[in-house]
Amino acid sequence: MNELSLHILDIVQNSIRANASLVQIIVNEQKASNIYTVTIIDNGHGMNAQTLSNVSDPFYTSRKTRKVGMGVSLYKMACELTEGSFTIESEENVGTKVIAAFTNDHIDRAPLGEIEETLCILVLNDKDIDVLYKHTIDTSEYVFDTREVKQVLEGIPLNNYEVIMWIKNNIKDGINTLEEERK
Amino acid sequence: MKSLDDLKKIREAAQQKVSMRGKNDGTRILVGMATCGISAGARPVMNKFVEEIAKRELNTVTVTPVGCIGECAIEPIVEVLQGDDRTTYCKVDEKAVERIITEHIIGGKPVTDYVIGKYRL
Repeated sequence: MNELSLHILDIVQNSIRANASLVQIIVNEQKASNIYTVTIIDNGHGMNAQTLSNVSDPFYTSRKTRKVGMGVSLYKMACELTEGSFTIESEENVGTKVIAAFTNDHIDRAPLGEIEETLCILVLNDKDIDVLYKHTIDTSEYVFDTREVKQVLEGIPLNNYEVIMWIKNNIKDGINTLEEERK
Repeated sequence: MKSLDDLKKIREAAQQKVSMRGKNDGTRILVGMATCGISAGARPVMNKFVEEIAKRELNTVTVTPVGCIGECAIEPIVEVLQGDDRTTYCKVDEKAVERIITEHIIGGKPVTDYVIGKYRL
């Protein structure tokens, strides 16, 4: 996986399996402190201390159909390659928080990539999970919130393809605007 | 979020179309979206399905991301469900998506070049 947005897509699958109803994805790029943070917070069923201590082991999985679980370990590796820090906090019945802090200008820090594709796929999930995406570059901010979109839609489903295309363009434009402001 | 007005227009247009269809009517496309699928290229594949369906206005076709079915070596795996028929495609790329849409979803004939029987029996 060569984009952070692919890792995000992968990690959020765990939130979906944990029956979360809201997933928050927060990307924060700070030039001054040279830190690029990706935080993923869900309100799913969380993990106990035992599971939490095993979660970044690639040979640990809660599934019975296979013996490996690579998602978290690959993400952790991508983070630690940049001399960053990777933490997971979790509480049973409350939720889980995955914080990956990358060294922003490190040569191994993968680009975010096509985050709008990741978010569209999350929105298309059939469990009707709400997604909040917040992207900060220095002091400018872009926020996308499915709860806000649903309010405007008055019952028209999010998986309407015109809505999906609107969401995709909205996110793309929003982030492009942030990038331009930085310049 | 900008341009919420455009979203309102989409809503109004959708409200005019009377839709009697339930969630599981028509064709369902499932795309494997676990670690194995994602690293093999499932995201652009799913995205291509969404774009093609939007472009061709195939309103009874739904695309859903799903987990791993345990054949990680031949990902990206796509399943097409029509009534009781289930077709499993593997090693799908964007070119295959175009063929699945035109030959199978629209044409009604599965694309044998990508069906799982070519790789696993």
